[in-house]
Amino acid sequence: MTLTHTSAGSATRRRRGAARQSRAGMAFVAAYVILLIAFGVLPTAYAVYFAFTDAGGTFTGISNFVATGHDFRFMGAVSHIAVYLVFWLVSLVVFVVGLALLLHRLASGTVGRALRFLYYIPGALAGAASVLVWLFILDPTVSPVSSLLSALGFHTFGEVIAPGNLPVLFTIIAFWTGAGGWIVVMYGALNNIPKDVMEAARIDGANSWQTAWRVQVPMLRKWIVYMVILAFAGGAQLFVEPQLLSLASVGVAGRDYSLNQLTYDFAFQMNNINGAAAVSVELLVVSVSAAAVFVARSGFFDAE
Amino acid sequence: MSRTQHRAPKRRRPRPQRRVASRLLTGSVLTAFMVFFVLPVLWLLLAATKTDQQLVRDSPLSFGSWHALMANWHGLTAFQDDAILLWLRNSALYAVISLAITLCVAVPAGYALAMTEFRGRRMLLISTLVVMLMPNATLVVPLFLEINAVHLIGTMWSIILPYSFYPFGVYLTYIYFTTAVPKDLLAAARMDGCSEFGVFRHIALPLATPVIALVGFFSFVANWTNYFLPYVMLPESNQMPIQVGVGNLLSSVPSFNPAVGDVAVERPELALATLVAVTPVLVVFLFAQRFLVSGMLAGATKE
Repeated sequence: MTLTHTSAGSATRRRRGAARQSRAGMAFVAAYVILLIAFGVLPTAYAVYFAFTDAGGTFTGISNFVATGHDFRFMGAVSHIAVYLVFWLVSLVVFVVGLALLLHRLASGTVGRALRFLYYIPGALAGAASVLVWLFILDPTVSPVSSLLSALGFHTFGEVIAPGNLPVLFTIIAFWTGAGGWIVVMYGALNNIPKDVMEAARIDGANSWQTAWRVQVPMLRKWIVYMVILAFAGGAQLFVEPQLLSLASVGVAGRDYSLNQLTYDFAFQMNNINGAAAVSVELLVVSVSAAAVFVARSGFFDAE
Repeated sequence: MSRTQHRAPKRRRPRPQRRVASRLLTGSVLTAFMVFFVLPVLWLLLAATKTDQQLVRDSPLSFGSWHALMANWHGLTAFQDDAILLWLRNSALYAVISLAITLCVAVPAGYALAMTEFRGRRMLLISTLVVMLMPNATLVVPLFLEINAVHLIGTMWSIILPYSFYPFGVYLTYIYFTTAVPKDLLAAARMDGCSEFGVFRHIALPLATPVIALVGFFSFVANWTNYFLPYVMLPESNQMPIQVGVGNLLSSVPSFNPAVGDVAVERPELALATLVAVTPVLVVFLFAQRFLVSGMLAGATKE
């Protein structure tokens, strides 16, 4: 296309074009950069500032971290979240990958499409709605699965939501709302595995179990890690589930079950903004480092 | 690998009985999960048509009556003088305005990151990835402080503006443009004398429809279902979005909270409120589902 110009002319033209492009690029991202600074960078900086200062604004080192760490509810919240995360991540990996593989093996496309859609529906009930639905499902007096609940030895709502059951219950709620989306993603990733790879496995005599374990799961690895990281970051943020449950359980589930509930309590009940900021920063550091390890090791974002 | 190259290809055919058994197993697992995912939704739909006694007494999957449904609706709207309608209006306002801002901001940004070279591009890309992976619930308290500092607490901007910042949308658009739109196409348009804005407006934007739909869907659902941020920013009942509103409603149901006074609502009304709260998401979801269920997200990365 540049053949009609002299080479010197086209070089200037290209240089001028590059400058023009650069200016346009900056104009296109300007609004986003403003939002990024206002609602990404600034609050993060704000949180760090508050975490290391006291109410008067003087630098206090790590004393906010120490003080909140010694709060009688802190270790409880940490262990609740840790147990919940184990349940949630394991069930997510096992069932999402398993279901995606089963759906992928299903011969009939229509049935598979219908099932993926049905699995995805609860995703529309995210947030408070999913918790409310499950409050009903877990209440033996109105539950459609009350016979199942009583077979498991639960006869009253109070028995179902006993503190020991909460990690499992939160896992069920989170899985119910979130799994469908991930199944769709995994299914899409399975579709992207080249046909000849699958064909080669078949010719080599691999049965479907071996194909799944040796060929498909390794090729899904990136997506599985991606899911685990996002689910980890999301799970560590647990708020609406325990908060609504504590409203509905007359105190069986406390208002300080999760770390985010604790930050809320520090900030708005105890007027300890600095302590709240310290817990926020801890959560942020844990989640972002997990993400950083993932980005560094998996090469997931090598899209350039 | 080398072993298999020398061996003659040999196919092990599973015996028919085993095939049937494995099919049966696959079918029952998939069906069991279908019940798990669908049953609560079905129950919720039916619960809204019953009276509280029917809810306890009748079979869980029976239909109550249209009459009871209407009565529940009246009971629900009677709560704090049509509070539910106000909450819905609030949610719609917050979600739609921030969606509009998100699209106006994220699509050009993703386009510029993918298709143009400019100073700071790489750094912007990295920070987008970082904030995208940064869980936003941790920032609720700092956001509160920031919004408080500019005296916007209790106004709708205290949640619309933070919602509008949607790095995932930028990332999605970026991936879409890098993978689906050839740069040559833009170069050709520039050669034909199109301005940079013209290239975006006339070439890139029409091609971006699927990703705009996708970003719009995710952003709308994220905004509509957010609980923590409005819970903190908008404590007044008349400003609450529906998510916080139904949480509020929950604490007025005697079966869940015996300490309720005379403003009580019953369980079927709460079920109806939950249904009302999810309907807009369900509608948007039905429109967007051909983009979602086709697994386009998975195809959105370069492998």
